[in-house]
Amino acid sequence: MLKYSIKRILLAIVSIFIIMAIAFFSMNAIPGGPFAKEKAPEPAVKAVLEKRFNLDKPVAEQFMLYVGNIFRGDFGISLKNGREISTTIFESFAISARLGGSSIILALVFGLLLGSIAALTRNKWPDQVIVFFTTLSVGMPSFVLGTLLLLVFSLTLKWVPAWSVNSQNYVLPIIALSLYPTAHITRLTKSSLLDVLGQDYIRTARAKGVSKKIVIIKHALRNALIPVVTYIGPLTAYSLTGSMVIETIFTIGGLGTKFVTGITNQDYPMIMGTTIFLAILMVIMTLISDLLYRAIDPRINFD
Amino acid sequence: MKKFTSEKIPRKKLLSMHIDVEAFMPATNEQKEQQVHMLPSTTFFKDGIRKLFKKPLAIFAIVVLVSMILTIIIAPMVVPYGYSEIIKVDGKRDRGMKNLAPFQYSKMEMEAMERGVEIFPHIFGTDELGRDYFIRVVYGTRVSLMVGFFASLIVLVIGLLYGSVAGYFGGTVDLVMMRIVDIIYSLPDTLMVILLSVVLDEIIGDSLAGTAFASLGTNMISLFVVFALLYWVSMARLVRGQILSIKNNEFVLAAQAMGASSWRIIRKHILPNCMSVIFISTALQIPSAIFTESFLSFIGLGVQAPMPSLGSLANFARGGMQSYPYKLLIPALAICLIVLSFNLLGDGLRDAFDPKLRR
Repeated sequence: MLKYSIKRILLAIVSIFIIMAIAFFSMNAIPGGPFAKEKAPEPAVKAVLEKRFNLDKPVAEQFMLYVGNIFRGDFGISLKNGREISTTIFESFAISARLGGSSIILALVFGLLLGSIAALTRNKWPDQVIVFFTTLSVGMPSFVLGTLLLLVFSLTLKWVPAWSVNSQNYVLPIIALSLYPTAHITRLTKSSLLDVLGQDYIRTARAKGVSKKIVIIKHALRNALIPVVTYIGPLTAYSLTGSMVIETIFTIGGLGTKFVTGITNQDYPMIMGTTIFLAILMVIMTLISDLLYRAIDPRINFD
Repeated sequence: MKKFTSEKIPRKKLLSMHIDVEAFMPATNEQKEQQVHMLPSTTFFKDGIRKLFKKPLAIFAIVVLVSMILTIIIAPMVVPYGYSEIIKVDGKRDRGMKNLAPFQYSKMEMEAMERGVEIFPHIFGTDELGRDYFIRVVYGTRVSLMVGFFASLIVLVIGLLYGSVAGYFGGTVDLVMMRIVDIIYSLPDTLMVILLSVVLDEIIGDSLAGTAFASLGTNMISLFVVFALLYWVSMARLVRGQILSIKNNEFVLAAQAMGASSWRIIRKHILPNCMSVIFISTALQIPSAIFTESFLSFIGLGVQAPMPSLGSLANFARGGMQSYPYKLLIPALAICLIVLSFNLLGDGLRDAFDPKLRR
C-alpha cells in the first residue's frame, strides 16, 4: 500500500508539473507579447517594463519563476482588468464550489438510490423507468438541459426566479449540473450491485439464513459501492468543467464564467491561472479517489 | 437383420436393472432428419449481425443514423440554399427574410410567388441574418458527425498502433510506453482541450490560410490535433490489455514457432481477436467527441463562424430562445438523437459481439 501510494503521489506531482509546463509554454508560443500593441512603447520604456516583469530572462527561467510564484499563491495579474488573478480565483471559486459540491452530493445520493432500486427490481417496471431516464440524460449535453430548464421553469412558468446576486437560487443550476453524473452513478451502481449479488458469498450468507435485507445492506451494497468511489475523481472533473457551461447559462459569476470570459477576452494569464488551478484540483481529487479505492478494497493487489 | 418394433420389445420396468432396449433401436428416417443441423454454418461476424438485428433498440439506432446520414447527403442537393447564403429574392436583398417561422414566406417572396416564381419553402424558417435554417441544421449535423467520426478514427489508429506495440513487446518497452500513457491519462482532458484549442488557434491560424484546411477552420483542426494528442490513451490501454490476454495463447506460440514476424502475428493473429472490443469502444467514442465539440462550440472555441455545427447552432439560438424556442430545440434534439443512437448502437454491438458476454 505504501509503495503504491508513493508511486501514485509521485505521478500526481509529475502531472501537475506537466500541466504547468503545457500551460506556460503553449501560452508562450502564442505570437506577440503583452507590450506588442499598436501603440508600442519606446524601446527604453519597453526594456524597463520587460525587466520589471522578468520578460528579459530566458524562457526556462521565466517558467521556474512562474512555478515558484504559483506555489506562493501568485497567479499573476489579469491582462483585462489588472486585478490579481489569485484574488479573482479564490473569490469566484467559493460560488463554484457551492454549486459543484451540492451537485456532487445530489448526484451521489440519487445515483446510489436509483441504481440500487434498478438492480433490486431488475427487469420490472421501476428498473425499466430508471434505465429509460438514464439513457435519455446521458445523451443530453448539459448546456441544452440548462437552457431548457431556464426557459421552462424560470422564464415561462416563473416557478423559480432567475439567478441574480440578490436572489441566489441554486436549484436549477444544481439540477442541470447533476443530471448527467446522477445517470452515470446510477448505471455504475446498478451494474456493480448486480455483479455482487451474483457472487458466492451472497449465496452463502443467504444459505446461512441471514435475512434478505441484511444481506443487501451489509454484504452486497458495501461491496457494490467500491467502484463508485473511483468515479469521484472524474465526477469532480465533470462538475468543474460542467460548471463553466452552467454558470454561463445561468449568469452565475463563478470561476467557470471567469474562465469562459477569459477565453473570449483572450486574457492569457487568466486562462493559464484558472486552468492550472482547476487541473491541480482535479489531479488531487483523482489521487484521493484512487487511494481511497485501494484502501477500502482489500482484494486488490498492489502490483 | 431382424427388426424390433415397439410392440415386440419387452418394456423396461421402473427401477429394474434391465437395459432399456428402446434406447438401442435404429433410428427411423424421421429421427435421422431431426439430427441434421438445421442452421447453416455461421461466422462470428454473421452471428453477431444476426444478434444485433434481434435488438429493437439497436435497430432503432441504426434506422435513425441511416436516415440522418441520407438526409445530410440528399438535402444539400434538393434544397437550393447554401449554409452561409443570405437569401435574396430576385437578386435583391430582402429585409423581411429575418427570423421567419417554419414554412413561412416573407412579403417579397409572396409577391414573387404571385408572379409565378418557384420558391423553395423554408422548412425550419430562417435565422437572424436571413439564412435558411434547415440547411444550416443539415450542415451542422454533417459537421458534428464528421468531427465524431474523424476524431474517433484518429483515436483508433493511434491507440491501436501504440497499444499493440506496447502490449506485444512487453518488458521495458511496455513499461516506458505505459508510464507515458499514465501521465497523459492523469491530465484533465477537457481543460487540456480548451487550453490547446486556445493556443493552436493562435499558432496555426496564419499558416493555414490558402490551404485546403482553411475552409475547415483552425478550431476544427485544433480539435483533431487535441484528440490525436490526448484521447488515444484510453484506447491504447484497452488494446494493450486485450493483447496481453491474447498473446499467451498457443496459436501465437505456433505462429512464432513457424517463424512469422512480430508484425504479421500482431496483424493476422492478435488484432482480429480483439477487434470486436475495440470497435465497440470506437462506436462509443463518437458521441463523446460530438459532446466535446458542442462543449467547445458553447464556450466559443468550436467551428469557424459561417460554418455551423449543432453545438454552435444551439448556442446561438440561446440568445433568442424566448421568441424562437424551436431554433434551440431542433439542433438540441439532433444532438440528443445522434448521441443516443450511438450509445444504443454501442450497447447493442457489445451485447452482440463481445466474446465475454457470449453464452
